[in-house]
Amino acid sequence: MAVLLKAQNLTTNFYTYEGAVRALDKFSLTIDHGCTYGLVGESGCGKSVTVRSMLRVIQSPGVIEDGKVLFSEKSGAEPIDLLALSEEEMEGIRGDSISMIFQEPNAALNPVLTIGYQVAESYLFHRVAEMSKKICDEIDAGVSQGLLTPFYRRMLGLAATNPKSGFLKFCSQVPLLKMWDKPLKKEALLRAIDIVGKLGIANPEEVVTRYPHNLSGGMKQRIVIAIALACHPTLLIADEATSNLDVTVQAQILQLLNDLKKESISSILLITHDLGVVAETCEKVGVMYAGTLCETGDVKDVFSTPLHPYTQALLTSVPKFNQEGELQSIEGSVPNLVHPPSGCRFHPRCPKAMDKCSTEKPELKELISGHLVACHYADQLIGGLS
Amino acid sequence: MKKKIIELKGLEKHYPVFGGVLKRQVNSVKALDGIDLDIYRGECLGVVGESGCGKTTTGKAIINLHAPTGGEAIYYPEDGEPVDLAKMSNRQMKNAGIRSRLQMVFQDPTTSLNPRMLIKHIIAEPIKEQEKLGARELEEKIVSILEMVGLSRMHLMRYPHEFSGGQRQRIAVARAIAASPEFIVLDEPTSALDVSVQAQILNLLDKLRKELNLTYLFVTHHLLVVKYISTRIAVMYLGKCIETCPTDELFNNPLHPYTHALLSGIPNPEIAAVSKRIVLEGDVPSPLDPPNGCRFHTRCPFCIDVCRTDEPALIDVGNEHKVACHRQDMVHELVKEKYGIAGYF
Repeated sequence: MAVLLKAQNLTTNFYTYEGAVRALDKFSLTIDHGCTYGLVGESGCGKSVTVRSMLRVIQSPGVIEDGKVLFSEKSGAEPIDLLALSEEEMEGIRGDSISMIFQEPNAALNPVLTIGYQVAESYLFHRVAEMSKKICDEIDAGVSQGLLTPFYRRMLGLAATNPKSGFLKFCSQVPLLKMWDKPLKKEALLRAIDIVGKLGIANPEEVVTRYPHNLSGGMKQRIVIAIALACHPTLLIADEATSNLDVTVQAQILQLLNDLKKESISSILLITHDLGVVAETCEKVGVMYAGTLCETGDVKDVFSTPLHPYTQALLTSVPKFNQEGELQSIEGSVPNLVHPPSGCRFHPRCPKAMDKCSTEKPELKELISGHLVACHYADQLIGGLS
Repeated sequence: MKKKIIELKGLEKHYPVFGGVLKRQVNSVKALDGIDLDIYRGECLGVVGESGCGKTTTGKAIINLHAPTGGEAIYYPEDGEPVDLAKMSNRQMKNAGIRSRLQMVFQDPTTSLNPRMLIKHIIAEPIKEQEKLGARELEEKIVSILEMVGLSRMHLMRYPHEFSGGQRQRIAVARAIAASPEFIVLDEPTSALDVSVQAQILNLLDKLRKELNLTYLFVTHHLLVVKYISTRIAVMYLGKCIETCPTDELFNNPLHPYTHALLSGIPNPEIAAVSKRIVLEGDVPSPLDPPNGCRFHTRCPFCIDVCRTDEPALIDVGNEHKVACHRQDMVHELVKEKYGIAGYF
């Protein structure tokens, strides 16, 4: 399969008073076209920092130090490095070809704007040219007739050819003239109603006039997904999309993502700490620990024959349906990334750690086809298996 | 014969809603609307349900942190006469020595521990309420409690912010057991923790229950956690208890359609067992104005006419299994017919 997104040696530091927090340490990740990739790990291991670095939305003390994020929207096309693009070009990509569902729907939605406005915003940002052209065609076909129609036709004709022209920006500031984009806003709202309705919200015409506090948690999450899906992204990043929801609502959202993947979006990067969600929805999985990827591969391979000691421990520490005996837990806690452990970052908690682990950082190696592990002693494990 | 420790009879907790120009009471949020539940000595009763269904309110109403507005919560002490907690004031509870018998561990250890108090003082507080000890004896007692939860003497003179999340939750547990209680309400004690740390805390709680002969009310929304730690489970929906039975029975033989939906919604970390899901339509109705009849009828896939008018009672179907559903005798066939689900194991 063709590669959609490839992160190479991504390094992100946060400069705090305590010192530099090394949140991502030479992190590499590959997502194929048409794949659902699950990224799991404990809190503070850098899952969210990874995707925020990829989209370059890291907040102030954080700095992306090094690395490349190669993105090829069409399969086989020449990849572009997202980290080398200008901020303006990046704005064109965010929310259009790569979009993100944020963690907390309460925090992701603006409480003083209506749902309709917030969903329509992505169309008004990314789809001005396309929508103007459509409206112009309609006016030419004589669908709508009114006093202002010639004015709208002229202005939207301009917008269809050059949506970012200075003249239109100037017009938007001038009284009376600034109503040129009225048909555009109307069209965007219609599209917003359409996408909100597609996400299984009853009565979308009414919902778009409401404010976030009028909706329940599950509905808010759907609205956040609607915003992310508005422009049919090639890659949808879901950052803990279901973590704060109840089991029954979580089931609804996961089914929704699954259906959507079949219809419209190409790939999903699902970030979660719930191993069960990954097992049920993803094809590939990456396990993160303290800013590094320690294991990646097909979900079936990784979950049935975990090779990294951390993955093994993580899988045994989750209660299961047919749990017998005591739960195994990982001793100690997640390290402070201001002073990350030397060598393999898991070695202080690793039951199999040896001298080499504290000095040398293990590389991500492909041991079985498609199954990569970063552990010095994983090959011995495979020997034991076969 | 198992001895009861707490018995709830139609316990209610309504929160008033004020409105209008004169700010009179216009409505009430029926967070708990007549809940019947028996809790037996030495067990761990798991309470599960969606958010807003009144799980936490149940815990708080039992130990009178939020005074119930109706019903009875009868407490049977180890020695002595049973008392109705719902009718007692805080002062009465304290004077009768009941307060220290009923303790609580809160959800988020970061906010439930005072950031300005040393660990020593946090744990000393409940002990001082009960008995007068000399400084040295007190310290010895605190250290012995800390050792019980897996901490040590060197942690005495620290502040809560110096600990990790798992250690903080251990301190919260230590504070609860310092008062030598019989009954502890655990309000989502692991939901703020990571999976690897969650296992440590669950094992600790289980160990303490056996060692100190405690009774737990374990409130959570995570069904696999509750399956691991609980001996009995109560399922709640919109302020009502709709099903209660021993843990294994609930997972093998769920009789309420809502329980079926909950069980089928659990994401299973085992790759082999990818099961079909019952996806419920819509959201939980508002507790301001709960539906007539069975509260679940608005979302129930097997709703019939009687469900819309008559509220089902919690009936005993044998095997310590109680359920409140009009169609409980045929739920298994209905689920199998509509979704093709035969079991969840």
